Amino acid sequence: MSAVVVRPVPGPSRPYRFPSFERITLPNGLELIIAPVKRLPLVTIRFVLDVGARQEPRNAAGLASLTASALAEGTERLDAGALAEEFELLGGSLSTYATWDATHARTTVLSSRLEPALSLLSEVVRLPAFATREVERLKEERLAELLELKTEPRGLADERFASFLYRPTSRLRIQEGGSERTVGQLSVDDCRAWHTAQFAPSATALVIAGDVDVDHVVSLTSDGLADWRSPSTAVPGVDDGPDREYSSVRLLDRPGAPQSELRLGHVGLRRNHPDYFDVVVMNAILGGVFNSRINMNLRERHAFTYGAFSAFEWRRDAGPFLVSTAVATPVTAQAIREVLTELARMQSAPPTDDELTLSTSYLDGVFPIRFETTDAIAGALASLRVLRLENNFYDTYREKVRSVTAQSVVLAAQQHIHLDRMQVLAVGDRAHVEPMLSELSLGPTSIVGDDDE
Amino acid sequence: MSSLRAAIPIQTSRLENGLLVTLSPDRTAPIVAVNIWYHVGSANEREGRTGFAHLFEHMLFQGSEHVAANEHFELIQRAGGTLNGSTWLDRTNYFETVPSQQLELALWLEADRMGRLLPAMTQEKLDTQRDVVKNERRWSVDNQPYGSWWEKLPALCFPPSHPFHHSLMGSMEDLSAASLEDVAAFFRTWYTPDNAVLSIAGDVDPDEALELVERHFGSIPRGNGRPPLAPMAVAPTFGAPSREVVADDVAVPRVFLACRTPVFGSQGYYPASAIASMLGTGRGSRLHRSLVREGQLASAVSAFTFDLSKGSDLLVIDATARPGVSVEALEEGIVSVLDELRRSGPRPGELDRVLAQTETDFVSSMQSAGDRAEQLSRFATYHGDPGLLNEQVQRYRAVKDSDVRATAAERLGPDNRASLVYVPRNGEASP
Repeated sequence: MSAVVVRPVPGPSRPYRFPSFERITLPNGLELIIAPVKRLPLVTIRFVLDVGARQEPRNAAGLASLTASALAEGTERLDAGALAEEFELLGGSLSTYATWDATHARTTVLSSRLEPALSLLSEVVRLPAFATREVERLKEERLAELLELKTEPRGLADERFASFLYRPTSRLRIQEGGSERTVGQLSVDDCRAWHTAQFAPSATALVIAGDVDVDHVVSLTSDGLADWRSPSTAVPGVDDGPDREYSSVRLLDRPGAPQSELRLGHVGLRRNHPDYFDVVVMNAILGGVFNSRINMNLRERHAFTYGAFSAFEWRRDAGPFLVSTAVATPVTAQAIREVLTELARMQSAPPTDDELTLSTSYLDGVFPIRFETTDAIAGALASLRVLRLENNFYDTYREKVRSVTAQSVVLAAQQHIHLDRMQVLAVGDRAHVEPMLSELSLGPTSIVGDDDE
Repeated sequence: MSSLRAAIPIQTSRLENGLLVTLSPDRTAPIVAVNIWYHVGSANEREGRTGFAHLFEHMLFQGSEHVAANEHFELIQRAGGTLNGSTWLDRTNYFETVPSQQLELALWLEADRMGRLLPAMTQEKLDTQRDVVKNERRWSVDNQPYGSWWEKLPALCFPPSHPFHHSLMGSMEDLSAASLEDVAAFFRTWYTPDNAVLSIAGDVDPDEALELVERHFGSIPRGNGRPPLAPMAVAPTFGAPSREVVADDVAVPRVFLACRTPVFGSQGYYPASAIASMLGTGRGSRLHRSLVREGQLASAVSAFTFDLSKGSDLLVIDATARPGVSVEALEEGIVSVLDELRRSGPRPGELDRVLAQTETDFVSSMQSAGDRAEQLSRFATYHGDPGLLNEQVQRYRAVKDSDVRATAAERLGPDNRASLVYVPRNGEASP
């Protein structure tokens, strides 16, 4: 067969620009971020508020999430069922949720329905009913979720690991959506008070991306949202420091488990850290792309796992840095050793040119693919606001990725991976795993229960 | 189509070796998606080789004559692209989305493994991927609460002789038995151009793209034809209710209730699909209203169709009990929602709401080059006509209340319900 053995060489790349957008602040403090994207007759409407779990009192952990969920359960005018039907009639589905940093309420509809959809979504954010019956039900559903989590090794490992990293007195020590104890104490009055105090126009951006005109959107919002007023509340500081300055191991027993869910890492960096791009590229090489050091080692060389990756969770506060994998029980200790070896190697062996360019070309090239939909564009614009990024962040992203060097990658690994305070969590079969873990002598080992605080 | 300014442009052609090629240009962003469907899945596995179609999918990333192991991933990611593959009951797909100047790279990689896979296959690679797949099984099935539903539900809904009965992920024993000879035989039988569809969507010039396709795929020889499947036809209903109880390491009961429904893309599919949305999509759906919000019997519900194109489709209701609620109470709740729909049909305006959401979801999915290419491959593989993509909104719009009533009467009755029920191993609601 006459095979084509010469590998194709790419032609010149066509230019791409992140959609241009306008930011306009109304007299009441509400910000509009509008990106006209005229491709298909669609529009995504998204309210994003600087109201996150980070600013909750520790004993009310879960309040931001509960309040956000309750937004979708009825307004002063429409009960839960009627509100759901109104959105369906517009062809949209309503999604409301809170993260560590923000509260979101969003929908995507055909652009011909922009006006009624915007009006309805504004009503959801400003005039929620907080009916006792619905709020109590949402609480019970969160408690059910926490109960179910105890039998779900993957989710359990994620949530427990993220909490263990922070000091017992910090809000960050309790998972985003709250614990059994804190959620159990929340009431419908707490939701009302939280909404009154926090949902201010000055803490809010309305992001609209899709087949719209800026002037039209501005006129709609001037009519519908200009009368929204309320006091702005000061946001307390957040303790995002690490709990332990030494390495330690925790084991959560799952008798008979065929795999150990492993998490290794420590408190990472705040999103506004100046080393952001160096760390992003370093992480891609370490455990971000498929052919990363960690995945190649654990999956393709040793076949310990279906997959292994590393990540920095980027938030306003320092989120976790972690390596995550699930490995067959008998190789638990070997897998941990290989991960630690790769972390150390990241600090000593600069990436080869191949490794560096694989990650930078990937991050550079995949950039337009991340923003194919109006929902993704609106999400990116919401991040711009929530994380306090520069207006030109998306326009300069690719160039900044490309300018990262092998030297700055090693420096980033040396400065931001801390082998002397690695926290390890294994969710697995204690009878098999505990003896192996003690042989690793990584630090003090404790057995933890599945209670969530 | 009512909501799109114009239909999605679709161009179809066939190479001499039988490869069906579909193109859908959209030059608004410099992105192109390449998507190949091979018309083979777990249904085509032979006795004693369950899980092989999926293991074979892993082997397709282990290199081909001019590509080293894992180099496919490396080259596409280096090009700034995303990629993956997946195996289903009756098809296997491979897909890349890349910056448009990298189209030829994606085509060349797909052609090298379609035409010249076997020179790269080794025992060592097979052994490694076998272990990776066993870990995938542990991760997604064995060490995951309710994880076995993916294999238990089809087993409950199709008789043992039926190609959809056995596990897609496969048994550990059968995975252990797979050999290099199996790899070669499977490749020669199924991975041929005349058993494949190639779709390209996004920033392409159709003439240039077709020329590249011809250059890279044109010389790959046609196969020997698809071996016949075991008979796929089944009765439209189960004939009698069935129920399987699984005691598992779970905190709360969960019910999967399946009904046989008309196959994907058939006339009867659209009312069945609308019923699935009516029952279980979103907070306005009947199951959410009745079981989650009002009855507080469930913490989560959904309903969906498997979208099987042969034999019978399945409409599945998935409901997780609230702690303290018995599995019997939850099942009664589901059944009363089904009976209510059978008795009274849709409420005024209900179908319009469902169809409005379906339309938004459809237009929304057309934004992504990858989704668009995937849909083209689906309709081309199952129906030989990718142009059906442009008829989907109309076909849903054509569904009337009377169609929903008739489908509900025929397909949601007690004689057509199979329940897979998970209960906590140590009694109710203990973690």
